[in-house]
Amino acid sequence: MKDLNIVFAGFGGQGVLFAGKVTAYAGLLADKEISWLPSYGPEMRGGTANCSVCISDRPIGSPLVTNPNVLVAMNLPSLDKFVDAVEPGGVIILDSALIDKKVERTDVSVFYIPSSALAEKEEVRGLSNMILLGKLFSQVCTSGDWAFCTDEILDAAIQKCIPPRKADMLGVNRKAIALGAQQ
Amino acid sequence: MAIVFQKPKVLTDAPMHYCPGCTHGIVHRLVAQAIEELGVEGKTVGVASVGCSVMCYDYFSCDMVQAPHGRAQAVATGLKRARPENVIFTYQGDGDLAAIGTAETVHAATRGENITVIFINNAIYGMTGGQMAPTSLPGQITQTTPYGRDVNTAGYPVKVCEMLSTLDGVAFAQRVTVNNVKNVNMARKAIKKAFQNQLDGKGYSIVEVLSTCPTNWGLSPVEALKWLEENMLPYYPLGVYKDVEEGVKVK
Amino acid sequence: MKVLMKGNEALAQAAISAGCRHFFGYPITPQTELAAYMSKQMPKIGGTYLQAESEIAAINMVLGASAAGIRAMTSSSSPGISLKGEGISYMAGSDLPAVIINVQRGGPGLGGIQPSQADYWQATKALGHGDFQILVFAPSTVQEMVDLVSKAFDKADEYRMPAMILADGMLGQMMEPVSLPEEGEKKLPEKPWAASGHQGKRTHNIINSLYLTPDKLEALVRERYARYETVKEKEQLCEEYLTDDADLILVAYGASSRVVRSAVNKAREKGLKAGLIRPITLWPFPVNALQKAASHAKAMLAVEMSMGQMVDDVRLAINCKLPVHFYGRTGGMIPTPAQVLEQIEKLI
Repeated sequence: MKDLNIVFAGFGGQGVLFAGKVTAYAGLLADKEISWLPSYGPEMRGGTANCSVCISDRPIGSPLVTNPNVLVAMNLPSLDKFVDAVEPGGVIILDSALIDKKVERTDVSVFYIPSSALAEKEEVRGLSNMILLGKLFSQVCTSGDWAFCTDEILDAAIQKCIPPRKADMLGVNRKAIALGAQQ
Repeated sequence: MAIVFQKPKVLTDAPMHYCPGCTHGIVHRLVAQAIEELGVEGKTVGVASVGCSVMCYDYFSCDMVQAPHGRAQAVATGLKRARPENVIFTYQGDGDLAAIGTAETVHAATRGENITVIFINNAIYGMTGGQMAPTSLPGQITQTTPYGRDVNTAGYPVKVCEMLSTLDGVAFAQRVTVNNVKNVNMARKAIKKAFQNQLDGKGYSIVEVLSTCPTNWGLSPVEALKWLEENMLPYYPLGVYKDVEEGVKVK
Repeated sequence: MKVLMKGNEALAQAAISAGCRHFFGYPITPQTELAAYMSKQMPKIGGTYLQAESEIAAINMVLGASAAGIRAMTSSSSPGISLKGEGISYMAGSDLPAVIINVQRGGPGLGGIQPSQADYWQATKALGHGDFQILVFAPSTVQEMVDLVSKAFDKADEYRMPAMILADGMLGQMMEPVSLPEEGEKKLPEKPWAASGHQGKRTHNIINSLYLTPDKLEALVRERYARYETVKEKEQLCEEYLTDDADLILVAYGASSRVVRSAVNKAREKGLKAGLIRPITLWPFPVNALQKAASHAKAMLAVEMSMGQMVDDVRLAINCKLPVHFYGRTGGMIPTPAQVLEQIEKLI
């Protein structure tokens, strides 16, 4: 695989850290080298939050991603902050229901997914992050140059990341991911 | 020859360095006596604080740890949590316990650490040569209050037993003195009780002993006892400030 | 089986696996997950988690617990470590082992909460008053955090001295796969010197750092320094990466060494002969490896998340035999591989 460096960014509470964790776990289960680094501090209480996930065949150097191959943006400030940092040829996946703006760059592939609206409509409330994750995996993580895992591994990663006391959430998370994959 | 008097075995043979007329020696003896009578020397660990009594680790025959200034009760907390079966006591002066170590004192007390605290209040810093202590009396002349302690600028003395008796974690707080035989006997009982409480798992017990410092007060030993009676006893009333067993909360 | 763990949590679990059952701490970002992990796990295994009233109290509780002869730990971040300095000096002076974790953040003062390496001097040279050293280990991955905690406890006991894990906010907060040590009762060393109660079977033990007679104090400090010489001889640790043919040796530890490794890889792709020496022990500093490298390299470049602290030790280690350059970011800024590569390109 080609080295994959992802930034997940959004508001605190949208689940960007969790989406990153599922991705990192999928990397672990796929026997890759991985790292997960969150922004931390006051931003976790409602400000902008983001995390860097690196997946590679080689040991990870700096876990801080400054030029991602893939950006998952869940709000406008996050898109504005990272859009120019995405490497040429990279991918941007964004929540078009919350981000009323088109990406002007032409050297990246952009996927506009109205994930927060879909989450409401399809009764997977609060799982906008998992819808975008579904798209990330179908588009990037399971096919193409950056592919490092399979749908089965992703499902195993979700099971690892959902704590036993929230086991009843597994079904809706799977549904949200499937929904994202279809977009 | 019949032995009519001997020191407790819990005191070593090391000659004490205390000044003539200083009451540390009496209190050391009472502490040693309590440990001996309760038969717990083998599982007792004492914590020496910084001040005149810093070298008490040489005088008590149980295991001893010397703590940084003010931190004796934090060190005692570590010792007790590590080995709850052991008997842990601290021996601290007023500068150590009520100035630099106030936070450690208040929080060990409010946690109800099951330890025994022996607190020597002689209203002065002895080791460093007679500076104002948190317990120096209003108007008291010391090296650093040459015009007398002015409460407008230096504040008021800290009344430790009164303060700690307001905390729910405290099991026992009593103020005693050792100026005469009757009071020495009262102090002996209080100290033994503070150790017995620990063995019974009752929690934090403190005995405040009003003491003399003839050297730094600039008085003879006899005059020093008189000064204590006339000045300290009215400001720091003797008595039990808290005893969970007796149901006394605040005097 | 590897698990995904945050550095802070891995440090805590590693301590538990190393037989530590007593943790005393005080909340501070970015190390708080460590204390939270301890507060959750310790009650389940009959251990002690105690949230102290201050960093000062916490280190002195560690002093007491260590004096009692058991394995104890505290953790904090930079401003809190300053407060612990007093207790660490007393522990060094009393020959007490313990493990202290510093998950560094930017300073001075309250500074910031982002990753930093500006406490190098504090850890290796000036943690408290008096002549003393402590062991300082600098992990660069979450796995290494686990491995070094165990080593730190063992070496602290072996040499009867405090040991520090000098991490930073990046390592504390990041998750990586780790293999945790096997659970099980670890055989811990006997501590006949401990103040654990003599049970009438020996004379009393005294844990003390006060010696009013100068010749006695000097003799004790000299004895301790003789032990330090053994430590310097036997315990230097570092990793060498592509150093054999390197013209430029980069020296970096902890988080910044990860950035440097990426930069060295990029330099090699461009045909530039750069290599990395990564100190794993900061005290003792890996002088031997640096001296060896100095015999064939042309220059060195220290990269730190500070204004330049370890760089002094690099110069001392090689006795200024080669030019030693410095590149650093501070205040919570993390250098990028591109920035380090730019420095490499300037120097080769």
